Amino acid sequence: MKAILQLDNLASSLVTTIWTPVFIAIFLAIIAYAFWPRNKAAFDEAASLPLREE
Amino acid sequence: MSQPSISKSMTIGESGLAVVFAATAFLCVIAAAKALDAPFAFHAALGALASIAAMFFVINNYYDRPAALPPAEINGRPNYNMGPIKFSSFMAMFWGIAGFLVGLIIASQLAWPALNFDLPWIQFGRLRPLHTSAVIFAFGGNVLLATSFYVVQKTCHVRLAGYLAPWFVVVGYNFFIVIAGTGYLLGVTQGKEYAEPEWYSDLWLTIVWVTYLLVFLVTIIKRKEPHIFVANWFYLAFIVTIAVLHLGNNPALPVSFFGSKSYIAWGGIQDAMFQWWYGHNAVGFFLTAGFLAIMYYFIPKRAERPIYSYRLSIIHFWALIFLYIWAGPHHLHYTALPDWTQTLGMTFSIMLWMPSWGGMINGLMTLSGAWDKLRTDPVLRMLVVSVAFYGMSTFEGPMMSIKVVNSLSHYTDWTIGHVHSGALGWVGFVSFGALYCLVPWAWNRKGLYSLKLVNWHFWIATLGIVLYISAMWVSGILQGLMWRAYTSLGFLEYSFIETVEAMHPFYIIRAAGGALFLIGSLIMAYNLWMTVRVGEQEVQMPVALQPAE
Repeated sequence: MKAILQLDNLASSLVTTIWTPVFIAIFLAIIAYAFWPRNKAAFDEAASLPLREE
Repeated sequence: MSQPSISKSMTIGESGLAVVFAATAFLCVIAAAKALDAPFAFHAALGALASIAAMFFVINNYYDRPAALPPAEINGRPNYNMGPIKFSSFMAMFWGIAGFLVGLIIASQLAWPALNFDLPWIQFGRLRPLHTSAVIFAFGGNVLLATSFYVVQKTCHVRLAGYLAPWFVVVGYNFFIVIAGTGYLLGVTQGKEYAEPEWYSDLWLTIVWVTYLLVFLVTIIKRKEPHIFVANWFYLAFIVTIAVLHLGNNPALPVSFFGSKSYIAWGGIQDAMFQWWYGHNAVGFFLTAGFLAIMYYFIPKRAERPIYSYRLSIIHFWALIFLYIWAGPHHLHYTALPDWTQTLGMTFSIMLWMPSWGGMINGLMTLSGAWDKLRTDPVLRMLVVSVAFYGMSTFEGPMMSIKVVNSLSHYTDWTIGHVHSGALGWVGFVSFGALYCLVPWAWNRKGLYSLKLVNWHFWIATLGIVLYISAMWVSGILQGLMWRAYTSLGFLEYSFIETVEAMHPFYIIRAAGGALFLIGSLIMAYNLWMTVRVGEQEVQMPVALQPAE
């Protein structure tokens, strides 16, 4: 039981201290990926994917 | 017909499934014989019958089929698998009508309580989960199964993975619905909202759902198109998250393996928090992510326009994923849940405004350059109005999650009105629009039997929604204000029964709105039925005339 509680404390401190900035960094990276100029052509093509089928 | 072939043999799936179904039938017979309560015996008997039928089907199908399994491609074009899609589309329409009808019955029971006829099986408390499960999981679930299997094939340019697996998913899922629904009527329930089915139905659903995930994933892995289209991301998020939510909210220990009753592992406020983490993400990932996938495929397809901004769709997707999962605590404002958790839930709910409206704008603006089609195509109009309702209810939801607003709205009919503007307007209309597109495509018809009937459906159902939600707004706010009204001496001004009496006219208006919505769905069922029966076959272009790719 004590071990579980310790693990629980460890887990919650990890969530509050590490994962918040990690998630924010991942999310910012996703935004950068979405707006990266070099990806524009590929995304424009993907936008009409439903119209290009056989 | 069945010529002795050179090397016809059962696939591993066929022989394995036949053996598994035989074993399941055996276990179900034992469970039925040793059952501790009548509903469990009934469900075990249903399980035995269904397993025997499934085993018979697998073996019979093996003897009837040609030696070779259906090819993945014919003349270099993908040989799309439409069977499970047709089945799910049919079941969606069937459960939709059943679910709307039960909704109308319970709405009428609230207006005229005598309508429960003092029969235990049709009490409001048993019919209400039957209604919610029938419309969300049976109707909505089958729409999601049908459209996801269609969209993933069409946007990956590849045949659906598996031979029996897709059939196992669609039939197995509908069997789950039958077990869950009959259970509610017989009084079998966990008492957790939207997670009422007992432990054995939950176990069965887990097996079906994991198979669904595998079929979907393997189809994506086999894709011929390098890019994974955004709708598939939304479908995948829906499938994966529902699996996680289902497992997290249902770790129940049965009292006996031969009885329906079980107890959940979580206790007290942890159980409440798990329940609403589940409950709100059922809204977020079942009723939102899954149906947004429909929006991102069917609106561009029907409008013949590309998605307005594919970049926005990527951000829309990830923002929903990152935010939705935290919003559950807003269902537990002013309860034993710690205050900071309530505030956290409220904050994330308010942040959800941004991705929701980003998604709505993306769906609506996809029509730029094709707005005139709204005038001529009632199916597209239905899809677009659904997105408008999405915007409206995702504006209202965050507002209601603000604690002071919630102190007025919680436990009142305002919540019911909010849910139905999302359920009827967004989920209902986007599903209707998708089915109106999907049925002619899956059955290879030139078009719908009658666009005029779609128009009638659209207007009747819209009128029904307006009656429903405006009645519930007025009723809910009235109810909330009456509950909190004090006299000058500090006593409560109204007794509870006075507030119930004040609701009566609005309950009648709500039932009328529900009746209109049901009539609309009957018109739709007739239209789709005629499309399949008498619709003109789409002429396949000869291969030689195919445009070069």
